[in-house]
Amino acid sequence: MVYTERIDGRKADELRPMEAKAGVIPNADGSAVFKAGKTTAYVAVYGPRELFPKFKQNPKKGLLRCHYGMLPFSGCGDRIRPGTSRRAQEISMVMEKSLAPVIDLSEFPNSVVDVFINLPQTDAGTRCAAISGAAIALADAGIPMKDMISAVAMGQVDGTVLADLNYDEEAYDAIVSDIPIAMTHNSKKITLLQMDGEISNEDLIKALEMGKAATEKVYEIQMKALKEKFTEK
Amino acid sequence: MEELKVKEKDIVIPGELLAAGMGYLPGQNTYRKGDQVYSKVLGLVYLSGRAIKICPLAGPYVPKAGDKIIGKIIDIAMTGWRIKTNTAYSAMLNIKDSTTRYVRRDEDLSKIMGIGDYVVVKITKVTSQKLIDLTMKEPGLRKITGGRIIKINSQKVPRVIGKEGSMVSLIKNKTRCEISIGQNGLVWVKGTPENELLAEKAVHLVAEKSHLSGLTDKVNEFLIKSTENKVEKQ
Repeated sequence: MVYTERIDGRKADELRPMEAKAGVIPNADGSAVFKAGKTTAYVAVYGPRELFPKFKQNPKKGLLRCHYGMLPFSGCGDRIRPGTSRRAQEISMVMEKSLAPVIDLSEFPNSVVDVFINLPQTDAGTRCAAISGAAIALADAGIPMKDMISAVAMGQVDGTVLADLNYDEEAYDAIVSDIPIAMTHNSKKITLLQMDGEISNEDLIKALEMGKAATEKVYEIQMKALKEKFTEK
Repeated sequence: MEELKVKEKDIVIPGELLAAGMGYLPGQNTYRKGDQVYSKVLGLVYLSGRAIKICPLAGPYVPKAGDKIIGKIIDIAMTGWRIKTNTAYSAMLNIKDSTTRYVRRDEDLSKIMGIGDYVVVKITKVTSQKLIDLTMKEPGLRKITGGRIIKINSQKVPRVIGKEGSMVSLIKNKTRCEISIGQNGLVWVKGTPENELLAEKAVHLVAEKSHLSGLTDKVNEFLIKSTENKVEKQ
C-alpha cells in the first residue's frame, strides 16, 4: 500500500496553515508567535545583555543562546516533564547552530542574546516552527542579521515525499522519515539538516528540492508578520 | 542592470534585497554581496543620492561617545562608581569626572552617591571592547532625585525628543513635568503624581507609534483629551 492520500487531505507539497505574528510579548526585546497547523511556538528574545557564567564570554563577538521547551501537556502522548531534557538540549543546540550563520553579533563583544522558545501546543515540526519563529523574533529585536532563516520539516511516508509532516504522519505504520530543513533566503544555504528514519537517495534529493520551495513559503509568512507589525492604525 | 528595489520609507526585513548594481552604495545597516545591496536589520529605508541606509525600527542601544544617558549606580569602586547603562556593558564614572568639589583621599564615596541612585551622565569614551567612560561635569548632568524612570526602546529616543526637541517640550508644557531623556532609552519624569503618569503614557504613545507621521498632533490631541477628562472628573 502506497501512501497517496494524506491523512489531513493536503497535497504532497502543501504546508499546514501557517500564521505568524511579531511583538507578542511586551516585556521582551523582541518576540514572535509562529503557528503551523496545531504546532504553536512562542519565542522571546532578550539582549544583548551581560553574559554569565563569565567564562563563556567571547571578547570578539556576542553569543547566541537558545532555550527550547515543550510545555507539560503540549504533546499528544504523556505529560511532558517540564524543564530541560536530553531532547530539549539537543534542539536548543541545533537551533543555535542553524541561526548563528546569519546573525552578526560582532558589535556586542562579551554579551549574550537569549532566545526562549516555548511550545504550548505541538503536533510535530516543533524545531522548525521554533526556528522560523526565532528568526522573526530576532529581527523584531533589531539584532543585525544578514539573511532570514526559514525552516520546514520534509519527510517521506511509505515512499511518498511530503512537506510539513504532522504527528499522525510521523507515527504512520510504515517506513517513515522526518527531515527538518532550515535555509537562508537569499543564498539558499542549508543551516539545519537532520534526519530520522529511512529514505532512498533519490527521495532525499527530491525532499531537499521540495524543501527549497517550502521554505520560500515560510519566508513569505515571516516577512508578512514583520511588516504587519508596523503597517496598521 | 542597475535597479532600486525599494522606495524611501519602505519597511524592510533583514536580508531583503534593496538594490542591484554597483551604482548603489551600502549605507548604515546594509551590506553588499556580489553587486547587490541587502538590508541587515528591520527598519525604514532612507535614500541619499546613491547611498541606501536603513533606520532601525527596534534594536539594542550601542554606546557612543558624546551621548547623554541615564544610568543607575550598581557598585562603588576605589576611584569612582560603576553604572548600569541599559546595555550589556556597565560604565565607569570617575570621581574627578563627577564633581568639582575636592574629595578627600579617605572619603566614603557612598556619601556622595550611593548604590541605587540614578544619574544623568555623558559618555566620553567607548573602547572596541565596550568599556565605557562617563562624565558628569557638564550643565544638565547630575544625580537624579525623585520622579520616575521610564524605559523605552533606544531607537525610539529621537522621536520622543522630536525635531529640535519639539515633542519633549510639548509633553513638558502640557504635563508641567521635568523630563530628561537618555539616549539609552531611559526617560526620567518628575512632577505631580498624576502628571507623571500622564507624561509616562505620552512617552509610551510616542514610542509605540514612532514610525507613523503626524505624531506631534496625535500626542497633542491625547494630552488635551486627558487633561480635559481630569477636569471633568473633578
